[in-house]
Amino acid sequence: MASLEIEHLEKSFGANRVVKDFNLSIEEGEFISLLGPSGCGKTTVLRMVAGFESPSGGAIRIGGQDVTHLGANQRNIGMVFQAYALFPNLTVAQNVGFGLRVAKRPRAEIKARVTEMLELIGLPDLGNRYPFQLSGGQQQRVALARALAIQPRVLLLDEPLSALDAKIRVSLREEIRDIQRRLGITTIFVTHDQEEALSISDRVVVMNGGVAEQIGAPFEIYNQPKTRFVAQFVGTLNALEAEVADPERGALRVGSTEVILSEPVTAGQGTPVTLAARPEVLALGRREGNDTVFTGRIVETHFLGSILRVRMEVEGQLIALDTFNRPGNPPPKVGTEAEVSVASRDLLVLAD
Amino acid sequence: MKSKKLWSWLALAFGALYFALPLLGTLEFSLRARRGVYSLDAYRSVLADPQFRETFSYSVVMAIFTILVGALIVVPTAYWVRLKLPHWRPVVEFITLLPLVIPPIVIVFGYIRLYNTSSILPLTGTTTGTNLLLMLGYATLSLPYMYRAVDTGLRTIDVGTLTEAAQSLGAGWSTILARVILPNVLVAVLSGAFITFAIVIGEFVLASLLNRPAFGPYMQLTGANKAYEPAALAVIAFSITWICMGLIQLVTRFSKHTNAKR
Repeated sequence: MASLEIEHLEKSFGANRVVKDFNLSIEEGEFISLLGPSGCGKTTVLRMVAGFESPSGGAIRIGGQDVTHLGANQRNIGMVFQAYALFPNLTVAQNVGFGLRVAKRPRAEIKARVTEMLELIGLPDLGNRYPFQLSGGQQQRVALARALAIQPRVLLLDEPLSALDAKIRVSLREEIRDIQRRLGITTIFVTHDQEEALSISDRVVVMNGGVAEQIGAPFEIYNQPKTRFVAQFVGTLNALEAEVADPERGALRVGSTEVILSEPVTAGQGTPVTLAARPEVLALGRREGNDTVFTGRIVETHFLGSILRVRMEVEGQLIALDTFNRPGNPPPKVGTEAEVSVASRDLLVLAD
Repeated sequence: MKSKKLWSWLALAFGALYFALPLLGTLEFSLRARRGVYSLDAYRSVLADPQFRETFSYSVVMAIFTILVGALIVVPTAYWVRLKLPHWRPVVEFITLLPLVIPPIVIVFGYIRLYNTSSILPLTGTTTGTNLLLMLGYATLSLPYMYRAVDTGLRTIDVGTLTEAAQSLGAGWSTILARVILPNVLVAVLSGAFITFAIVIGEFVLASLLNRPAFGPYMQLTGANKAYEPAALAVIAFSITWICMGLIQLVTRFSKHTNAKR
């Protein structure tokens, strides 16, 4: 049985439908990310699961129990907020023990649980500090411990890393994932950062305009995007205007270059389509095998350390390609002619 | 540059004199009860007066009840308005300002008319009823200060997120108010409380027209019948107010978690 089921969830604010027919089934211990631009409805979905917003339609079930109309304080859900939301008047230990005190657990149990939680987040000695004496990263870890102390059925993370600086963001997200795996707790993580979503999730839900555009494993989302939005929102994507030349052979025409795809095309001859390729599947120069080769002009180069990003003009359209840095290969000169090759199976045809 | 500084100092000195001179005058006069020498006779006489002690303790008790009732009304109201009815804030603020523009004499006549012995709720018919009415009147008078203090206190915390955090941890409304909201606005409630205290101690109109033995009417009575004692009383009342202000500062400084950066 799924740990958390969301069925036909709807939410409207007045005439504005912010969540439309949202369906999701999460297995026990699964880590799911809701990814999308701001205003896509991801936070609204999370708030409905938490009980802070009431759905306009649909149902939410946790462990088989219908919680759609249950108050937020009766759902036994752990929540971590972007703004930490630690109680400023309580010490770290009191914050972590808050939920257990509300539940009127025995004092000894609370103490033991608080100690256990503070060890889990790696801050065993900070129990007597007040929130304002902690760094942002420490505060967010305490907030995580507080949410986990009540042994919630589901853990909800609402952009928990957005207020932190880049380095801590990376280390804390790994820590969160590690703790989540150890406890095996079902988790929903809301973020607008695709790298965050791809790196720590079992599955990613890409949302746009209140709709789940695609639900899948990070590898699948990145490599087999089902819609143009998913393809463009997740990762960088080169889009080339093309035209179907021969549907059966899978042949397209980009300007004067013919591109043969690995599969036949469903669209009829002469139909304009968008041909897409990730920057990392394009390679400078001609490779062996039956790759498609474009000829173009180098427009600019960005040296990013381990990666060299080259922008080229090909058939009157701009594309970007990424190659790894090699000390023996200096960046090509701007304005020079260059060839760029790509394997047929790495090309995507996007439906409009 | 230099002349600018001089003018600032002059303005400050003028202000200080304007406020300090009458006070110093009153203080000096209160010490002159014995001919030719300064003495504390007037103070001794005031403190020895049983009526002073009775009226003062009556007003202190009234102030404490006023503060409790005021906080009980204002904290949940201000919290709820901030959390759920933000668009009602201007309206609520206007209502809380009304006691500043409606003179106490109007309020008390309204009370007497509404709650007299021939009304549905004859509060003025019994001593307890009248005390209750007076206390509620005091709470009304202190409403502008109490509400503003608490509302400012609420502004310094993220009411919405803290409420949701507490809810997700299983807390109901009363727990949230008592354990999360109130402790975080306690300093604000206390500063509102001290202002309320100062208002209640010096209030004359309500107490006099409701005929209760409060400190305000006593001061007026002494002032009408004695020479040096009113000055001593004024100094005492003034010191009480200043002690209250000092306490606000102290409480603000000693509350640990409010040292947080805002």
